[in-house]
Amino acid sequence: MWEYTDRVMDHFENPRNVGVVARIDGEGQVGSLSCGDALRLTIQVDKDKDLIEDAKFQTFGCASAIASSSALTEMIKGKTLDDALNLTNQDIADFLGGLPREKMHCSVMGQEALEAAVANYRGLPPRALSSEVVCQCFGVTEEEIERVVKTNRLTTVEEITQFTKAGGGCGKCVPKLEAILGRLLKKSSGNGSGEKTAVAPRMTALKRIKLIEEVINTQIAPALMQDGGDIELVDVDGDEVVVALKGSCSSCPSSKRTLSDFVTEKLRALVDPQIVVKEQRS
Amino acid sequence: METIYLDNNATTKVAPEVLEAMLPFFKEEYGNPSSMHHKGGDVAAALRRARLSLASLLGCEPHEIVYTSCGTESDNTALWSALRTQPDKRHLVTSKVEHSAIINNAAFLARQGYKVTEIGVDRRGLLDFDELKAALTPDTALVSLLWANNETGVLFPIVETAALCREKGIVFHTDAVQAVGKIPINLKETCIDMLSLSGHKLHAPKGIGALYVRHGLKFAPFMIGGHQENGRRGGTENVPYIVGVGAAAELSEKNLPEENGRVKAMRDRLEEGLLKIPSTIVNGDRELRLPNTSNVSFEYVEGESILFHLSHAGICASSGSACTSGSLEPSHVLRAMGVPFTAAHGSIRLSLSTANTDAEIDKALEIFPAVISKLRDLSPFWKDGAPALDNSLLTCDTNSCQICN
Repeated sequence: MWEYTDRVMDHFENPRNVGVVARIDGEGQVGSLSCGDALRLTIQVDKDKDLIEDAKFQTFGCASAIASSSALTEMIKGKTLDDALNLTNQDIADFLGGLPREKMHCSVMGQEALEAAVANYRGLPPRALSSEVVCQCFGVTEEEIERVVKTNRLTTVEEITQFTKAGGGCGKCVPKLEAILGRLLKKSSGNGSGEKTAVAPRMTALKRIKLIEEVINTQIAPALMQDGGDIELVDVDGDEVVVALKGSCSSCPSSKRTLSDFVTEKLRALVDPQIVVKEQRS
Repeated sequence: METIYLDNNATTKVAPEVLEAMLPFFKEEYGNPSSMHHKGGDVAAALRRARLSLASLLGCEPHEIVYTSCGTESDNTALWSALRTQPDKRHLVTSKVEHSAIINNAAFLARQGYKVTEIGVDRRGLLDFDELKAALTPDTALVSLLWANNETGVLFPIVETAALCREKGIVFHTDAVQAVGKIPINLKETCIDMLSLSGHKLHAPKGIGALYVRHGLKFAPFMIGGHQENGRRGGTENVPYIVGVGAAAELSEKNLPEENGRVKAMRDRLEEGLLKIPSTIVNGDRELRLPNTSNVSFEYVEGESILFHLSHAGICASSGSACTSGSLEPSHVLRAMGVPFTAAHGSIRLSLSTANTDAEIDKALEIFPAVISKLRDLSPFWKDGAPALDNSLLTCDTNSCQICN
């Protein structure tokens, strides 16, 4: 059973501001019935003061989705649009005394619905369309992922799934998520801003084999070709990489040295320090 | 607040007579059954009696039972034994609606180079028997199927499949964790080679399971160790729990008519009452099903929310919704059946036992309509007592995901 705070349970059992505002000035719809949670937020705006007079929600979803929606409406009522837009998903979670990590996506949904409602009021296009959809299962864009990673200082793909649901369906986008995360972590450690060190994303067997192949084709083969030789990847079995040497390499007395020094060194530096290279003899 | 426990497919309450039978083995009867002295001898005799009781429930010989730590260990043992004893065969047949113990093993084996065929089910959750027949090849090492589905209670044609496999020389295993104690089973009249069961679904405690291994079947142990269980599962016997399963088996045998009489009648009355709530559907075939299980979907509301409101009112149940599974996707069983996504997220599993009463069913039927209506009042897909589908939140933006399609 999830560990929900009393505040979450209170907003779930007694949700505030359910329904639709009397005069819909802005409307934000996030999620979908198919994905398992959906939120419709409507706001009524005092146009002179640029202030949210009233906010109401309708939510299909779990206890934390309902509580996050209720909390959101309580937090934004009476705020100016700009102040409301400064709210982060973490603010929603904090308002509720925290959410289980696996449920943080509910707070993100609330924040996104607010943004969509304000954009709708201001006549701006919905933001989801402006960048590439990374997770097809839950329709999560790259921009969304980047923002959530930065706001919440996420360091693992698992956390991205907990916060955005991306990667939680078929899992095909996990390598893409790893790449996005790797890029963002590299950037933040490069700036010297975060104490968090860049954690090398976990490599799947397929990714590892592809990387080995790439290093051989782009880094090792061209160097051997200069001496009239060539190299071909035969097999990868765990840490063991089997290669076949061709052309002048295969008969060259120093080929053994070539293998142990050059190929191993390159693969260890660029793929994995554990790699052992073996040559297939014909 | 009184608890109305309708989650007996998740686990059952330990029966008082089971606990009573177990207690001496935590106290004065502490001997090791392998020891050559009277302290060991007394315990060994108790184990023999317990094994007889379970054999009687299953209709098999006592020496055909191997005790394990849980249903999952039984499944793992069966699967790996079948593959290790037939190293030349590289094909495994199972279904799309299995328990995770089989599904995740099958996925692992597929990554190791085994060919895995997962047979589909129809809208009612019934196995596509023709697809199964067509899938069997000379390379097939094992067919493993759930006897009764844990989520819907739907029964697979296990006796027929076992006979077919015998004809073709294929080992057949069934995960009968939910079936044992709820439907009559007489193994010696079937061609089943291996059968998994779990104690805590039968009013014994958690932490004990068993695997039936037909006499004469080639077997390779999963837990390699001493001579216990005839060398089929190493490790000193979990004596109190084995005794507990023995007592639970006796109780199950005695209660079987009640399960299929009084419990079934309560289940049917509960289900009929719930179907009066608008936009409610039953998932799974209503005939070929366990007598205690009902899987009901309340469209346009989400399962976890239903469970929390029910729990607040004292009712314990389960859901196949994404939010309760931790996987972000609704139940693989309901998806394999093609249950529409409007219903999959709002599915609730109610599973009864002989401990339930008619008064509890009455109470549950009072609580449910209020819970569903409270959540529908919040839902963007419901207005004035009917579905309101005139909004853009029905499907996701991508329109390409596997959930929508």
